[in-house]
Amino acid sequence: MAQVSLRKIVKMYEGDVQAVKGIDLEIEDHEFVVLVGPSGCGKSTTLRMIAGLEEISSGDIAIGGTVVNDIPPRDRDIAMVFQNYALYPHMSVFDNMAFGLTLRKFPKAEIKRRVDEAARILDITPLLDRKPKALSGGQRQRVAMGRAIVRDPKVFLFDEPLSNLDAKLRVQMRTEIKKVHQTVRTTTVYVTHDQVEAMTLADRVVVMNQGLIEQVGPPQELYHHPATRFVAGFIGSPAMNFLPARVENGAVHLPGGAVLPIPEARRARYAGAPGMDLLFGIRPEHLTDHRPGLPNRADITITPEVIEPMGMETLAHFHLGEARDCCARLEPTVLAEPNVPIVLSADMNNMHLLDAKSGRVL
Amino acid sequence: MSAATASKDVAKGSGIYSKAGSLSSERRWALWTAYASLILATIIFLAPPVYMFITSLKGSAEIANMQGNPWLVRNPTAENYTALLGNTMFLRFFLNSFIITGLVVLITMVISVLAAFALARMRFFGSQFLATGVFLTYLVPDTLLFIPLYQIVGGLGLLNSIWGLVLVYPTLTVPFCTWIMIGYFASIPKELDEAALIDGANWMQMLTKIFIPVAMPGIIAATIFAFTVSWAAFVYPTAFVTTPDQMPLTIGIVSQLVRADTFAWGQIMAGALLAALPPVVIYAFLMDYYIAGLTAGATKG
Repeated sequence: MAQVSLRKIVKMYEGDVQAVKGIDLEIEDHEFVVLVGPSGCGKSTTLRMIAGLEEISSGDIAIGGTVVNDIPPRDRDIAMVFQNYALYPHMSVFDNMAFGLTLRKFPKAEIKRRVDEAARILDITPLLDRKPKALSGGQRQRVAMGRAIVRDPKVFLFDEPLSNLDAKLRVQMRTEIKKVHQTVRTTTVYVTHDQVEAMTLADRVVVMNQGLIEQVGPPQELYHHPATRFVAGFIGSPAMNFLPARVENGAVHLPGGAVLPIPEARRARYAGAPGMDLLFGIRPEHLTDHRPGLPNRADITITPEVIEPMGMETLAHFHLGEARDCCARLEPTVLAEPNVPIVLSADMNNMHLLDAKSGRVL
Repeated sequence: MSAATASKDVAKGSGIYSKAGSLSSERRWALWTAYASLILATIIFLAPPVYMFITSLKGSAEIANMQGNPWLVRNPTAENYTALLGNTMFLRFFLNSFIITGLVVLITMVISVLAAFALARMRFFGSQFLATGVFLTYLVPDTLLFIPLYQIVGGLGLLNSIWGLVLVYPTLTVPFCTWIMIGYFASIPKELDEAALIDGANWMQMLTKIFIPVAMPGIIAATIFAFTVSWAAFVYPTAFVTTPDQMPLTIGIVSQLVRADTFAWGQIMAGALLAALPPVVIYAFLMDYYIAGLTAGATKG
């Protein structure tokens, strides 16, 4: 077990394409870190550089305090789980899991002990004699994880391991992965483009965009205190609403004439806001049906275009001025209808103001 | 206008239905054509061996007799076979063919598997160019190559020797087998080598423990190809071998069973049939593995 340090990591591809543009990241021992971001953000490249499958153009990667830049993958003491499982098709499940140990010349009894133990943790003991083609997607992914566990490496690397599974199995395997990590406590770096996976699994989430780290933090912090517009928009589903806004006299002025007073406690924070081009950011769940009398609530009238009853909640989609694709989460009991104006209540304690130019959250 | 559109729709609809109704008759027609062409092809390809077999069962007098239907055997005899199998020279041809083919298949597979692995997986300067070059060499026919090769084989002192043939046959087999193997190796997902690398394999272990077992169908296909080419080679042995003790079957039969204008037809046919036996056996035996390999080749997760 070990910590992983990335220092000013750069990855250049031929033709001066910079996939990773100098990132710094410290991953603690036993920590579960998820790299998340849209495709092409450099998250997989970063993971592959930690694994040693991609060369590092500049910077240093250290695993357990040792710089591993020039150490081949097999000597880095890492294990990796791939999106398409990458099981050896001609070997039984047992042999697949034992392969790494056999190559390292472990004694037979020790190999058997470790494979049996991993199979028990993953609940695949009855499958040990089967070939990968006789397994379902979820079982294959367990075997791939088993192959990682038996090695007892310093670091687990996961490269979008759940992307090939169907939605139901994905949720199930997500829990499984979390359970395994709570059992073995191995330092883990996990790459995904699915923010729900990132939020549910991670001790800390690293949001990447265009080869740079946008923000690092525990899931709750990223959710409630995003640092940039990108993070605010990427984390959370449906996504946060952004409305062009101005701040005057301690209130947010929205297009269409809505005026939302800023809570007392936040006034100091937005002292520099007046006169700036701003975006008012608010999550759909903080834009609810009218609840008069609650503190720090502000009224805002919208005209829903589409109403989506989800059962436990109802989503109302609307636009306000230039801001399209806005969304509010209403109680299912609220009788909202398309094209009929409705008064909503904005929870101003959970609002965000962003600099429209830089995308920074104030 | 709407009425016109509607009637057009109906017309279109009925067109679709009439087509759907004819589906079974279309299928029947396709089946008939398929059977007819397959039967025709089978007759064309099987007629020579059948005629060879019939002729091999006849005595010289019956072969020479122009009366009657040549497809019928009146006095079947095994004398052609006993004469051949009692002839040490014929057995020598057989042995030569086996030695040459066995060694050529071995040399070919070692070279082409190693070359294909390097060309398909180890990205190095010029690997793409080399891969294309390997294929281009296959396009030069042996009928063009045997004259310059005669000089080379002669220079090595290997003329009129089966070892000379063992040396030159791989020029026919290696390029194509390498090409087949490059294709097979390239179809193996990249993650499989990456997983093996992380599991601690070096290049050689990756080849022997992952690539060769996974690419077994391709290796068998290449082996069959190398065997067939080497067993049936005609131009090179005709050019490079002169004495019967060094001859493989292909030229041994035609050179030793034809004396000036005397053709020992019965023995030639029997010999040709016996010579065709090993490839048939190899195909029949390996084809099972080949097909099993194809269906089991679940390289994708």
